[in-house]
Amino acid sequence: MSTPLLVTAAPTITENPPQIDYWLLSPMLVVFGAAVIGVLVEAFVPAARRRAVQLGLALAAVAAAFVLSILIVGALPADGPGETLAFGSVAVDRVSVFLQGSVLVLGFVSLLLIAENRRGESAFAAQAAAVPGSEEEREHVMAGSQHTEVYPLVLFALLGMQLFPAANDFLTMFVALEVMSLPLYLLCGLARRRRLFSQEAAVKYFLLGAFSSAFFLFGIAMVYGYAGSVNFAEVAAAVREGGGPLFADGGGRPLLLLGIGLIAVGLLFKVGAVPFHNWKPDVYQGAPTPITALMASCTLVAAFGALLRVFYVPFGGSAADWAPMLWVVAILTMVLAAVVAVTQRDIKRLLAYSSVVHAGFVLTAVVAASPEGLAGAMFYLAAYGFTTIGAFAVVTLVRTHENGPEAGELSQWAGLGRTSPLLAGALALFLLAFAGIPLTSGFIGKFAVFEAAMAAGAAPLVVVGVLSSAVTAFFYVRIIVLMFFADPAETGPTVVRAGLFTGSAIAIGVAATFLLGVYPTPVLDHLLPQPGTEQGESLVATAEGSAG
Amino acid sequence: MELYAPIFVLAAIGAAFVVVSMVVGSIAGPKRYNRAKLQAYECGIEPTPQPAGGGRFTIKYYLTAMLFIVFDIEIIFLYPWAVHFDELGVFGLIAMVLFLVNVSIAYAYEWRRGGLEWE
Repeated sequence: MSTPLLVTAAPTITENPPQIDYWLLSPMLVVFGAAVIGVLVEAFVPAARRRAVQLGLALAAVAAAFVLSILIVGALPADGPGETLAFGSVAVDRVSVFLQGSVLVLGFVSLLLIAENRRGESAFAAQAAAVPGSEEEREHVMAGSQHTEVYPLVLFALLGMQLFPAANDFLTMFVALEVMSLPLYLLCGLARRRRLFSQEAAVKYFLLGAFSSAFFLFGIAMVYGYAGSVNFAEVAAAVREGGGPLFADGGGRPLLLLGIGLIAVGLLFKVGAVPFHNWKPDVYQGAPTPITALMASCTLVAAFGALLRVFYVPFGGSAADWAPMLWVVAILTMVLAAVVAVTQRDIKRLLAYSSVVHAGFVLTAVVAASPEGLAGAMFYLAAYGFTTIGAFAVVTLVRTHENGPEAGELSQWAGLGRTSPLLAGALALFLLAFAGIPLTSGFIGKFAVFEAAMAAGAAPLVVVGVLSSAVTAFFYVRIIVLMFFADPAETGPTVVRAGLFTGSAIAIGVAATFLLGVYPTPVLDHLLPQPGTEQGESLVATAEGSAG
Repeated sequence: MELYAPIFVLAAIGAAFVVVSMVVGSIAGPKRYNRAKLQAYECGIEPTPQPAGGGRFTIKYYLTAMLFIVFDIEIIFLYPWAVHFDELGVFGLIAMVLFLVNVSIAYAYEWRRGGLEWE
């Protein structure tokens, strides 16, 4: 008996109205409903009360959606992978529900960071439409204006991130990609301080993101030409049989290869793998730090979820074609980003390059194309998400002076371990987890992905990965040494007191990094297929007749 | 490959048309500039005054354009539904009403936040 993990099905077209299982869609519907109500709150609730209402609504919706996904995964049949719904456009299986759950938890923690208000000042511009430095901006700052639209925008982005890894056809996946990306483009430009920088980041992200969406869409057109369908089950069948209905003689391979390549460009851009990583440092640095945390955790989970599904389900039959390409991308990512990261002088840029390197590590698990690879990648993504939110939460607290902008320059962080040992200690734990030191979640994650790659015969990748880890460990440890063993700089930073929200975000990050490092078994057991059952050739189960 | 030949021919004709008409226009066309010709084209109305040095320009037109797109998309989805109203039945009706409600929420937001006030 095989234990397939991913479900796929082709739609059955009937004349009857579709029976949609709204229960299985409920985590997404709750988040969408809350986002829509959030827009209404913006329109009808007085400005003074908006923030409290929006925050409560957003946190409640994300928490409720998470509880619903837990209930759904409990109710999924134990022997099968799951179901597809809404005309075979959404797949609900263990993988997609786990990824959705991760997005929701990480989104909840990011929301805490987004909600932080220090003396009435959030991380977001008082009036984003006012020219930076203008009289109008000053008036809005004095009046204490706030952009509470941030909360519905984050909810819409989270909705896209939930749908992205669960899509069962290319068009749904593209819509999810846009729903996820459009709010993020906007959120990137809303920073309160260094506003021109933030706006530049937003424009860069938007232009490059639109460009990559075009690649993705063009790839879909190619695959549609090859398979005659955008549904994953039908594309997978066409790939297995060497051609869709149009290419019974097997002559459509160029179309398929073009399609795989173009779709890979779109997805690899979203995960930020070399050579499509150039947006990451600029955008991560310019965006408001809570939004950077959201992107570095939730977007990465969602984008990798989609990447895994696309390469394992529709293109699963042509792994021999895409695996070499992903080998090259993974090696480039791990080597180039690690080397460039060493030269970084800004903490947010450094964390951005570090995120690129981590994308490379996860790619080694994608190349493995095995249940272990899938489980390793998912564990890695969830664990890395908590750690990275924690790290960015620490960044929000270290300012150049009280009420000043964040102190990005690493030289300013010298001696931080002496002035505020708790904060520096938390950051040190996160950095050690990034480096993959035992007793942190980073070690378990790296072990899981490298073990899967090794088992799949990708030993050279693992060697490159370990070497790259050593290089990255160098600059993580350099920061720790700088914080604890260097004398505080004359113009040292001011560490502002962590509010309740930021404090909880850091505490959750520390707890998750430590717990997943010491006792990862429950999570790993849940992700891996049950021992004792034989591993099937395919990761994919085809659900028959469950399309509704 | 023969199937693609007309596409390539069409692409070549299209490219040639662009190149030829721009080159011919720049060589043969008379150039009599006046104030109106050098102004930005805004659908035939008086151009919005712009501050010197490439400053900001008003967002009013964009709001109107975005509102237009909202209703434009709405009507695109309403047409096929109206044509097959009887076959789509109650399910189609509920789906359409939900869609209209969601679209109207964007409209309500713009209205309440002053997006429709033309000074």
